[in-house]
Amino acid sequence: MNSGIRFDSVTVAYDGNVVLDALDLTVEPGEVMALLGPSGSGKTTALRAVAGFVRPVSGRVFLGGRDVTDLPPYRRGVGMVVQQYALFPHMRVEENVAFGLKAQKVAKGEIRGRVAQALDMTGMAAYARRHPRELSGGQQQRVAIARALAIRPGVLLLDEPLSALDARLRSGMLAELARLHRELPDVSILYVTHDQVEALTLADRIAVMDSARLRAYGTPRELYRSPSDEFTASFVGNANLLPVTVGEEGVFFGGRRIKVSGQAPGAADTLCVRPHLVGLGDGPNQLEGRVSEVQWRGATHRLYVDVDGHRVMADVRELKDPPSHGDAVTLHFAPDDAVLLAAGGSHD
Amino acid sequence: MLVHSRGAKWAVWAVFFVLFLPLFALPLLVVLGASFATNWSSVLPSGLTAAHYDAATRGEALQALTTSLVTALAASLLALAVGTWAALAAHALPKPLRRVLDALFVLPVAVPSVVVGLAVLVAFSRPPLLLNGTRWIVILAHTVLVTAFAYQSVSAAVTRLDPAYEQAAASLGGRPAYVLWRIRLPLLLPSLTAAAGLCFALSMGELSATVMLYPPDWTPLPVLVYAATDRGALFAGSALAMVLMAATLTVLLVVSRIRTRASYR
Repeated sequence: MNSGIRFDSVTVAYDGNVVLDALDLTVEPGEVMALLGPSGSGKTTALRAVAGFVRPVSGRVFLGGRDVTDLPPYRRGVGMVVQQYALFPHMRVEENVAFGLKAQKVAKGEIRGRVAQALDMTGMAAYARRHPRELSGGQQQRVAIARALAIRPGVLLLDEPLSALDARLRSGMLAELARLHRELPDVSILYVTHDQVEALTLADRIAVMDSARLRAYGTPRELYRSPSDEFTASFVGNANLLPVTVGEEGVFFGGRRIKVSGQAPGAADTLCVRPHLVGLGDGPNQLEGRVSEVQWRGATHRLYVDVDGHRVMADVRELKDPPSHGDAVTLHFAPDDAVLLAAGGSHD
Repeated sequence: MLVHSRGAKWAVWAVFFVLFLPLFALPLLVVLGASFATNWSSVLPSGLTAAHYDAATRGEALQALTTSLVTALAASLLALAVGTWAALAAHALPKPLRRVLDALFVLPVAVPSVVVGLAVLVAFSRPPLLLNGTRWIVILAHTVLVTAFAYQSVSAAVTRLDPAYEQAAASLGGRPAYVLWRIRLPLLLPSLTAAAGLCFALSMGELSATVMLYPPDWTPLPVLVYAATDRGALFAGSALAMVLMAATLTVLLVVSRIRTRASYR
């Protein structure tokens, strides 16, 4: 099986400008790996290096254990779906899906069956005779996925596949992608996105990218519960990042002693607490402040509280009688729910 | 230009008619009028007759029309093939080299066509490539002249073509030649037909290089128009000119029909 991806110190540069800096990363066979990061973080470049559209200046790319660094795109056998789908406008849906099979000279008798199978899998069998321009964005997306799956790739590359869809369609397609992966358990998926919800929902592991570098990687739960640095903490989920001093006597935030369960990683100077783990009222690790803004979000209230000049966010269950701007409130959080982050996380 | 007020709209139309009518439409109308006339001494032509058209669609004139059509068809197809090939090749070149190729293909446009005619004449008047005195030298000169336009319009279209299509095709296992044939050329088809139409029209009207090169048995229609006006037969020349125009427009119309069917969005 031609599954699994390995980046071995892959560096990509355009005109001396490094856009991917010595990436080391392994995607196991059958694993869904999300490359999460802001634009310009190098995540799309990493994907294009796997597809063969950019040549690393150094390092090797392996697909299923085979070194493909010097192979042209058409000999790599990876499925790829891009943001704008790139369906061939002059071909019907079935011709689009059959393209890869014809290009690879699959026997004529076999093509029809495999096209039908790929279209069935994505629920597009009824649209086989349509042209791409006659389809909605979500339908085009499904055809693009069917086209990529028809060649039975060991690796599927998805480059921001949902960002051109509206929010409602997007959550439907997320569930659809998860189902497809259950049906094709051997296929490794590299999923490039800037959307943390997509990454958290779909990925077995997330690789967080920033400024051409790999910042952190791990399971969504690991990255969410115990992020390694400020960038990861704020990019994977929301985070309160509070400046603290850590010494022999304990952890202090603006003169208050804070109880934290975990160990401080060396010289820590930032405390991370997720907003939904901050409670209103008395409790451990109390913080007194004044409400600067209240947002009602249906099931929850988001409170922005000014504590000694620092903004602390708290997501609490919808309040019957929410505080208003300027009210004095007390917040608390459990020692288990706070994480100390290494110094200088995102300022290098 | 967005013009909203009623007065301004009228002003724009007025300017359009004042500039367009005398410069573009009236000369053509005059030729049309003259083509039916035997005499034009007052405001309007007189002695209306269809005899010029009779002469312009038979014998020597019909021969010349066929010659023009064949020449233009051959030259525009050759130019399209060469221009498209060059444009695709240039796209794959590094930028400095592409600039050189761009400049090279602009030359026949930048240089007066008489010079191109002379160059072709000098180059192909001796062995091993002795084309002077044959129809091939006319077709060759026309091809050289119009290839520049084919190159430029196809080149612009190739640059505009979204690379996502060919990349998707390559990732699906399409080799470059297969992707060119199945994806890139079909997507370029609207631009290719437009380029072919342009080349055809330019070749149909080419005179200055042609008069230096044409052999007696390969006289294109513009040469006849020129000869007629040169000997003072303005009305007969007008009829020939109208035939030339009608033939060119008919072919362009057919090409544009193909073009509409070839555009996907």
